[in-house]
Amino acid sequence: MPAEPIIRVEHFTAGYEGNVLMRDINFSVNRGEVFVILGGSGSGKSTLMKHMIGLYEPMAGAVYIDGDDIVTAEGDARRAILKKIGVMYQSGALFGSMTLLENVRLPLEEYTSLDDDAIDLVAQMKLKLVGLDAFSGHMPSEISGGMQKRAAIARAMALDPTILFLDEPSAGLDPITSAELDLLILRLARSLHITFVIVTHELASIYAVADRVIMLDKRTKGIIAEGDPKVLRDTSDNPWVRQFFRREAAPDTIAETA
Amino acid sequence: MRARRTIRVDSVSTAAAARMAPSPAASLAVSDVDGKRELRLAGRLDAYSIAGVWPDARAALDAAPNVPVLIETSRVEYCDGGGIAMLVDLLRQPRRPEAQVSVVGLKPQFQTLLDQFDPAALRAPPKEHAERLHTVAEIGRAALIVGRDLYLQIAFIGETSSALWFAITHPHRVRWKDVWYTCEQVGVNALPIVALISFLLGIILAFQSAVPMRQFGAEIFVADLVGLSILRELGPLMTAILLAGRSGAAFAAEIGTMKVNEELNALTTMGLDPVRFLVVTRILAALLMMPLLVIFADLIGILGGALTMLSFNIPISAFLHEVDSLVDVKDLLAGLAKAPVFAILIAGIGCLRGLQTQTGASAVGISATRAVVSGIILLVVVDGIYAFVYYLLDI
Repeated sequence: MPAEPIIRVEHFTAGYEGNVLMRDINFSVNRGEVFVILGGSGSGKSTLMKHMIGLYEPMAGAVYIDGDDIVTAEGDARRAILKKIGVMYQSGALFGSMTLLENVRLPLEEYTSLDDDAIDLVAQMKLKLVGLDAFSGHMPSEISGGMQKRAAIARAMALDPTILFLDEPSAGLDPITSAELDLLILRLARSLHITFVIVTHELASIYAVADRVIMLDKRTKGIIAEGDPKVLRDTSDNPWVRQFFRREAAPDTIAETA
Repeated sequence: MRARRTIRVDSVSTAAAARMAPSPAASLAVSDVDGKRELRLAGRLDAYSIAGVWPDARAALDAAPNVPVLIETSRVEYCDGGGIAMLVDLLRQPRRPEAQVSVVGLKPQFQTLLDQFDPAALRAPPKEHAERLHTVAEIGRAALIVGRDLYLQIAFIGETSSALWFAITHPHRVRWKDVWYTCEQVGVNALPIVALISFLLGIILAFQSAVPMRQFGAEIFVADLVGLSILRELGPLMTAILLAGRSGAAFAAEIGTMKVNEELNALTTMGLDPVRFLVVTRILAALLMMPLLVIFADLIGILGGALTMLSFNIPISAFLHEVDSLVDVKDLLAGLAKAPVFAILIAGIGCLRGLQTQTGASAVGISATRAVVSGIILLVVVDGIYAFVYYLLDI
């Protein structure tokens, strides 16, 4: 399948109150791939993602999602773009006053004119997809952190988006749960052809799921590496990138602690 | 019993001793030799023992500003982070070039700890006086903050009005389940506290006015006083203040927590407007419940007054008859007309403060506080406007 970009980020500059986090960055995400945004703590990975889903307005640049710029879109045009994407937040962000089923039902109730039984069925199927069909009546506070994240994925998929954004899916999870989540991501990507954009710095997860990564760096305020993670680990000419993939401390950090 | 008491006294005294008394193991001797001052430190230098010698060492150092100071530490047996901090503090004091401080004789393992720090880099910055703004600048800045807040509130009023209008014109799009649930929270669950306060208010009003009125044999007019003031003013106002304290704060905390948990972001990226979703349901609930609460408060307040007057030998029937003869439906409506406005104000400000929540747990508390405070301030202002308008219109 030829690589066809579904997201294009162009000449993108962002930051807070005059403090620039990243300057003039450009990259694109291809349809159907699992794309991972990497970077050390404070490099602005989550910020970049929040800009890509239209929560924040960048200082300059554009984010094209399936051809439409989310930065300038407003009203119905914006809602049309938002319907194509699903987002799983770091904390899950499930609505605490609703059961899992109600959480998944919500976008369906708001956007479709299906009747109650049909919505129930669709929502149950989404929960089944993430292995939580037995917990549909539970409140978010009654299930574990890993389950909350899976439920959040189910909610994000309620309207069958073409792109799923996941913010730190494996943060705070044990290795087994985290590996299960990786399998789920791969399964969804391969069977439903969903494009994934994932923010993480969990190496095991990156090797397991990522087709392509970009790596942000706070010193250069830009992208310092782009490509297949295993290739970058072995062949990158940037020592910092190689060290990140090998999980070694950077030379200057070692000097500071010696 | 006795044994337990002994143990307790013991544990308190040892804990206190450990905390208070410096370990005797640190010592300081000061001597002046050949135009140099020598501070001899010995024993254990740890976080507990240095408290006894640190001030003396600093004093000895400061007392000799013009001569070199030698800190002799060869008899220090133990030195941890606390001891190193004391040495760094002595080394970092700004001194003349000819009167430098030096540490000698420190055991190598402690010397490596000390070498990690550059005393000059840890020099205490000269105490800056907090930058004092010019009075005019201060006023300008405060005005800017108030102006920005005002702008946000006006924008919010506009957003909420359009969302409310949308709700009225598209009632099937309102999440009525949430509205009814909030009605229960705001209305039904508030009945006991509203009853308590209005009853108390009725009693106090009646009793405090009955005592002086009795001197003129005019106790019966207490009924008019209680009836008028509760129906026109106190009923709606007290209910509104209770609503601000209960529900305004609750709205701010609920929405604030949702914001902290990224739930608001989740709504936004689903393309769902948080104002329509969270604010409209709450304002509708408050709007529906507030008039009912006010009527309830009016009734209970008058009942409180009537019961009090029983002790002044005025039967309930006489009290109610007197209320009926002077107090008009117009007065009830004048009070009730405030209810919807108060409801929108309190629910609106509670939701606005919730939406304005910054990040972190304390931010939620701040939002709840701000919701109550600004809610009550607005109530007072609006109640004043009502009084003025009623006076002008002779209502």
